Formats: sequence, structure tokens, C-alpha cells
Amino acid sequence: MEPQDASHARSSSAATPPAAVGDGPVTATRRGFLQCMAWAGTGVVWTLAGGVLSSRSLAATNGGPGSFSFVQISDTHIGFDKAPNPDPVGTLHEALARVNALDPAPALLIHTGDLTHAQKAGAFDTVAEILKQADVGERFFVPGEHDVFADGGKEFLARFGAGTRGDGWRSFDWNGVHFVGLVNVLGFKSGGLGGLGAEQIEWLRKDVAPLSASTPIVVYTHIPLWPVYPDWGWTTGDAPQALAELKRFGSVTVLNGHIHQVLQKVEGNVRFHTARSTAFPQPAPGTAPGPGPLRVPADQVRHLLGVREVRYVQGAGPLAVIDEALG
Amino acid sequence: MVGPIDFGSARGRVRIVTASSRRLRPALALAAAVLFASGSGGLRRAVAAGAPAAAEVRIEEFHFAPATLEIRSGTTVRWVNHDEEPHTVAFLDGEASSPALDTDDVFSRRFDAPGTYAYRCAIHPQMAGTIVVR
Repeated sequence: MEPQDASHARSSSAATPPAAVGDGPVTATRRGFLQCMAWAGTGVVWTLAGGVLSSRSLAATNGGPGSFSFVQISDTHIGFDKAPNPDPVGTLHEALARVNALDPAPALLIHTGDLTHAQKAGAFDTVAEILKQADVGERFFVPGEHDVFADGGKEFLARFGAGTRGDGWRSFDWNGVHFVGLVNVLGFKSGGLGGLGAEQIEWLRKDVAPLSASTPIVVYTHIPLWPVYPDWGWTTGDAPQALAELKRFGSVTVLNGHIHQVLQKVEGNVRFHTARSTAFPQPAPGTAPGPGPLRVPADQVRHLLGVREVRYVQGAGPLAVIDEALG
Repeated sequence: MVGPIDFGSARGRVRIVTASSRRLRPALALAAAVLFASGSGGLRRAVAAGAPAAAEVRIEEFHFAPATLEIRSGTTVRWVNHDEEPHTVAFLDGEASSPALDTDDVFSRRFDAPGTYAYRCAIHPQMAGTIVVR
């Protein structure tokens, strides 16, 4: 069976077939099409083992029993007001319009942290009010370090922590998929790595213990669970212990934010996906002196911001992850 | 590596700037020159020669510069955030840490007791610095 995993960025440019299609030795096979798309769309089109075609086929089968979709929004950074995007409230509204245009409506909305830029007064209110307008069934949040540094997470947990354990971690089941929200911004280790902590990992172990290995697992958290770029703090020090608890499962999808760009990695049955921000892009790992906002011309910034739709089709293998840019 | 002062990063920035008064800059420049000339011994000489009781740490490109600053007791250190990201100065001993510093915000702390004071940015804990008070 062909892998059903799909990951690509939908954008206005991706909707236009690349000019080179059919011009070269690339044949009209699925593999050839994907190679061509990857070649034509550097920075726009991201493919894993599957890609555009399989996500379309998944869309065609949408609505089957047990099938549903959800959206991931990340790094809204309300309170940021500088280049390249002085209006993250505006771009969050644009992201929300994308979410509300999805058909069928997503079952869930998951925010993977950094709701606010610096926990300024009113910032959490702004995010919560805007996301109330999302046409989704339920909303779930995990904090980013920008949401908790000033008060150790008190305000975040008071607002978004209902039903969570410990520092805000939780799990729930939705149509046969087991979701796990992990918090890795309250246990920083020396060197600046994100941390989960022994207590949370022990909770995870017990949480997944009764599940059968065929249960699809979706983990969502803020900082990547693999070492994207430790020098910038883009990793979680004790992630290997947490991932060891998930090794026996046939389908594990890990969604995170923090680094404001789309990156993917496959390790065994685990698929890692970092998401775009709705506020500002950050540089590719190691390409700048520091991980500050990437300054791009105003007319290009929306190409680097976005939301993510994830589709689950029962019995169809890995989840389809579709990154959609705002511009 | 250079004596007690870590000259802050591979980019080799050394910026010890007076906190509040331009007229102190020539003296500090001289101190810095001595420092450059003679390494760690120069710092002691500069301190002994009466360097101003104020010093500055720049927060820039997700680094504290200098990452290690040696001062004499009674000195007030100012941190100035030159990044567009908020940062904090969070001391590991839990004492007198800063709130979030937005761009161009300043945090000051006076050090009266000799010792080594390690700190980080609470938002970006990969950013680390040390104040050594003689």
C-alpha cells in the first residue's frame, strides 16, 4: 500500500501548476509529480512520503465513518508589534478565516503555544476572544515559554488549564485517536533545553499503557521533541524518555510550534511536524546570529505564516498534515 | 580562553559601556584598552585604577554581551535589551530578577556582596550570563 502520509503547503502559488511540469524528463508518475513539486516549490511545498495526491484522495474520502479533521494554530504572539508584522491580531484573524473556510468544519482546534508575546495585560483575552470565533467543536491549548515565564504558568492555567493535570498536560480521545498535550516550557534544563520532567513522563507512561498498539496517537506540544537546533533551545532535553513510551504504537504524529516554520522528520512510526506561526517567521536553524524574527518584506510575510489542517481517515494509515500559508 | 572575562561569543563582541554618563567613556575606553593589552590582569588593574561603579551588559541577538562581567562590589550593572524579542535577567539564586524587558528597556541591579551571580533569560534559557563581584 502506498503511504498515505501527506504534507504540503497549500498556497496560492501551490495552486498554480509549476511551469516546468512536463518539460523535462519528469514523467507523470506520482513520484515524479512529487519530485517536481518539491523542486518547483522550495519553501512552499513540503512533502513527506506521500503528498499532494494522497491528501486529495483523502479529501475525496472525507466523511467516512470515524474520519475527521482538526486544525493546529501556533505562536500567535499577541503583543508583538514590530517588523516584519506589526499586526499579529490581524494575521490571526486571517488565519481564523482560513480555518472557518474549511469544509467540513474541523472537529478541534489545537493551539501549540506562545499565545502571547510577553504576557502583557489583555493579551490572553485577545487570543481567547478571537479563537471563540473559530467554527470548531473544541479548543485545546498548551503553553509556550512566552506564556509562562513571568508567573510560572499561573495565568495560563487559570484560563486554559481546566481538565488538565500537573503543569497543564492532558489527554483525550476523539473518534478513536488518542490525543496527548504535553507541556515542555516549565522545566528548562541548563543549556536552555525544553523539558517535560519525570512526573509528566511517568503520567504519559500510565496514560498510554492501556491503549492497543494500533491506536493512532497525536502528541501536541510547544517545543520540538527532536533536536532541531539545540543552540537556539529548539529541542526538548528529556523527549527521548517520553518517545520511548510511544515506540510500540503504529502511528504517532507529533505536532509542535516554537520555531515558526514548517519542518518535518520521520523516525520509525513517529512523524514530527513543526508548524508556522500566525505572527512572524523565524530563520532556518543556524542561518542567523539568533532566532529573532525573520525580517522579510511586508508583501512576503504572509507566505511564511499559516495554519495547519490534519485529516484522519479511519484505517488509512498516517494522518494527512496539510500546511496552509496565509498568502 | 581569557581569564575571568568571557569575551562573549564567537563574534568577539566586547562592550563594556558606562551606564549613565558620557563623560565616563574615555576612562572606560582606557580601561578596555588596558584589558585588551594584558588580559585578565588588566581587569584588576582597571578596577584598581578606579573604573566607574557602573557597567552595562548588552542583550543582543539572543546573547548577553559580555557573557561574563567582572565588577567590584558596589557596582550597578545595567542590562539593555537591543533585541526585538522580550528578554529577562533571571538570577538563579532567585534574587532581584527583572520583569520582561522589551526593546530598549533597561534593568539595573547593584551588587554589594562579592560572589558569582549566574543568570539566564527566563524566556530563552539558552541565554546565560554571569556577574563576578570582587
